[in-house]
Amino acid sequence: MSAAPNPVFQKTDRGPRDTAAVDDTTTAKVDAPDGAAPGPWARLVGNPRAMLLVAAVLIAIVSAAVTGSGAWPADLTVDVRSPLDDLNRWLVDNRTTHPLFLYFLLHISNTAESSVDGVLSVLESLGFIGVTVAAVLIAWYAGGAGLRRRALRTAATALATFAVIGLLGMWEPAMETLALMVVAVTVSAIVGALLGLAAGLSDRCQRVLRPVFDTMQVLPAFSYLLPFVLLFDIGIPSVFVATVIYAAPPMARLTALGLRGADAAALEASASLGASSWQRLVTARLPLARKQMLLGLNQTIMMCLSMVVLASMIGAGGLGDEIFTALSTVDVGLALPAGIAVVLLAIWLDRTTAAAGEQLEDPAAGRPAKWWVLWPGIVAAVAGGAVLGAVLGRKEWPEAWTVAISEPVNTVVDWIERELGSGVPVLGGTLTWSEGFANWVINPVRDALLATPWWALLLVAGVLALRTGWRAVVTVVLSLAAIGAMGLWDRSLDTLSQVLAALVVTLLLGFGIGILAARVARVERVIRPVLDIMQTMPQFIYLIPVIALFSGGRTAAVAAAVVYALPAVVRITTQGIRQIDPSALEAARSLGAGTGQQLRQVQLPLARPALQLAVNQGVVLVLAIVVIGGMIGGGALGVDVVRGLAKGDLGLGMTAGIAIVCLGLLLDRISQPSAAAKERALA
Amino acid sequence: MTHSKRIRTTLVAGVGALGMLALSACAADTGSKSASDEITLTVPSWVGARANAEVAKVIMEQELDVKVELQQLDEPVAFDALNNGKADAILEDWGGSPKKEKLYVEDKKTIVKGGDLGVVGHIGWFVPKYYADANPEVTDAKNLNKFVKDFKSANSGEQGEFLGAAPSYTTYDEHLVKNLKLDLKIKETGNEAAQIKEIQQKYRDKQPFITYWWDPQWLNADIDLVEVKLPAYEEGCNVPETATDCAYANTPLQKYLNADFAKDGGDAAEFIKNFKWTTEAQNEVAKAIAKDKMSGPDAAEKWVKANKSTWEAWLPKK
Repeated sequence: MSAAPNPVFQKTDRGPRDTAAVDDTTTAKVDAPDGAAPGPWARLVGNPRAMLLVAAVLIAIVSAAVTGSGAWPADLTVDVRSPLDDLNRWLVDNRTTHPLFLYFLLHISNTAESSVDGVLSVLESLGFIGVTVAAVLIAWYAGGAGLRRRALRTAATALATFAVIGLLGMWEPAMETLALMVVAVTVSAIVGALLGLAAGLSDRCQRVLRPVFDTMQVLPAFSYLLPFVLLFDIGIPSVFVATVIYAAPPMARLTALGLRGADAAALEASASLGASSWQRLVTARLPLARKQMLLGLNQTIMMCLSMVVLASMIGAGGLGDEIFTALSTVDVGLALPAGIAVVLLAIWLDRTTAAAGEQLEDPAAGRPAKWWVLWPGIVAAVAGGAVLGAVLGRKEWPEAWTVAISEPVNTVVDWIERELGSGVPVLGGTLTWSEGFANWVINPVRDALLATPWWALLLVAGVLALRTGWRAVVTVVLSLAAIGAMGLWDRSLDTLSQVLAALVVTLLLGFGIGILAARVARVERVIRPVLDIMQTMPQFIYLIPVIALFSGGRTAAVAAAVVYALPAVVRITTQGIRQIDPSALEAARSLGAGTGQQLRQVQLPLARPALQLAVNQGVVLVLAIVVIGGMIGGGALGVDVVRGLAKGDLGLGMTAGIAIVCLGLLLDRISQPSAAAKERALA
Repeated sequence: MTHSKRIRTTLVAGVGALGMLALSACAADTGSKSASDEITLTVPSWVGARANAEVAKVIMEQELDVKVELQQLDEPVAFDALNNGKADAILEDWGGSPKKEKLYVEDKKTIVKGGDLGVVGHIGWFVPKYYADANPEVTDAKNLNKFVKDFKSANSGEQGEFLGAAPSYTTYDEHLVKNLKLDLKIKETGNEAAQIKEIQQKYRDKQPFITYWWDPQWLNADIDLVEVKLPAYEEGCNVPETATDCAYANTPLQKYLNADFAKDGGDAAEFIKNFKWTTEAQNEVAKAIAKDKMSGPDAAEKWVKANKSTWEAWLPKK
């Protein structure tokens, strides 16, 4: 156990568990690698669902060719914007007078604000020396304290993180972000743990809560910032509430998973000793679920961090604010230090929680010294650091100790834009590709979607969802119908065409890289840090380079989505292929299968559940970035959400947000592993 | 045994953290700020507005001993922030949120006007000079449909592409295109940085384009754009919005103050009311920030050093 566990940066919380489910049908094929399986046509005819799908697609194509336009009929639309606009006006008018606000929401809002302010003033009064000492010591403690390698390594990570943040001149905004993080993570973790407890202990709660968590996961965070802005006004409180809602589900889900997955024998033993159900919970089930809960906490922290940056649009301040400001001058060099600071904070928090997890896992590696010795020691050291800073008169990071990296970065970015944009001989450069991609991929998909009659699309979507189960069919058809009913049919299909294009590119690249990484260990080592950075770097940062390379527009939006979703797909693919039973591969090898044959006939079929999960995660992540896509010329629903948020127009922003959610539900349900596989994985 | 100890450790740590939270919350409440020693200015995403805010910050911190916080907020939400006291002043408003203006300034009276900034904003439709020189006719909106083929892109299909404004900006383009029966499709560029990058790129490659654009704007020092003539602006020609068929009005940019701050803000409030400079001055600072990549405070400092006589008039009379 020398290496740190796989960093859990991904947004998924379905966990690698799903990959354990292996289809029986696929195992059967391994035994006969030389094509004893029936031919593709015979298989198709033998499968009624596939035939149904073919029929539905044919109907869609024919009807599209005949009618040529599939617009949602105007008389089937419902005016949802007017009531939303009314609600908007009511909220603005009553925000300071209505009892709902005075006696409830305002309290939440004030508590959130004063807690964040309070933590910030604590951080400020500790000074940069005190904060660094505290961060290093906490990391050291999480790593097991003492002089063991793990403890020292985590402590060193913390030290490096804060030193670099200071050097980059990002100390002040980083503290603002950290203050908000501390409060948001604390509350998200508590809320998540309580919900998880409910879902883990009661089957009814589990049934009620699971779809809620599912929905939370496909909801793009941006789309629910707006209602909170209206309820809590701009600034910290709405950011706080939105963040908690965004970040609590992984904690809840993993807590529930941990409680349910507790070893039956251990519970049995505890029951036989006469423990009451409460005692059993506290002494057996909760301790056994610790590892999952810690994993949940880790993911909650990562999600909080990404949300806190996003929320700079509604006045959250901190690092996100720096990035956003730098963008107004199209200055990547200025935005990058803040981006690096975010990534470093993420690495520090990830390594610290991961180390704590390892510590839990093998307590035999040495018990830390008694906590009543350690904690007062840590507190004393932090206080000492703070006093030292105060005595030296150095509470803020000294300005002389900063390094400006913006100029060299801008030089590099300029060079890349100039040389790769259009200067590449023969290949033509990224700008030409961008236009080609729009012309040959996105446009045909969009035109085809727009040409297909609405009822034919509903039919195809319904049939596609059949594999997952009847409930999925209902969800899918209703989602699509809701989009039409809101009058957003055309704009949603425009967005859908971009999402599909991004998904195809992501999957092609992701599977390719993932398979390569699974087979060649060196590749995996090289790309792992790159993937980490891609996933934690706030999306605002690559806005400008992406525009420069692909010119603003739908291709740029697709590129941004690919960058964001690729790491998770690569990771899940690699993991899925790695986890295949080595004996199956050995058997194939002994039969003389070449590399290609091994891959096609053993590894890929066996890793199918993992690949399916990768597709599903790809969908969720691509959708999460539609709004960012809107900000770089993707238009359609994304830009409507941004406009709604910026102009405080609930009718516009909310309907577009709901449409994105509907698209999310649609794609999520279609791409989900089949109901049976999922039951097996989550049971 | 070890389990229960670990739980206890966790509990103690948790209680400790919560206690600290609670304590610090109390501490924050007692340290409430008095009216004028710490204020917040909103800064929308364009650079000109940042120039105002940075200069105001430097002078207020040096001369009035007021700590100034700059908060990044787009124009429409800035009104909400002023209304609830989260921010104290907007230095540059382009009149883009008439509904909020009416609600807060006229009806609720939580926000008061702070007078002109001295800079006149002008929004319009622009094409690059190299293209206008080759096609003089393009500078009149009546002839635009003849040039549609030049503006075509992969995004716009058979229509011409029009580079649109950032989502939060004041714009009637959608209605103008419709009411003037132009064969243009607006590309929602999504934010100002995206729009600028695209303009810079097209300008470098000498491609034709037509865009929503405005003055003052730092990029105007770098590139030559020619305005396309739209039907002349007349009072009320953009009411209601959907009926707009005329050019954008010239907007003397406005300052707004939170009502309580305006009343009790003392020197700080008076200074902001007095703050008034010229388009050239603003552009000088904006260009230092955007083009010369100086930091906001440095650019402001430089201007403040060189223009003492201008800003001395803004200081409150003793």
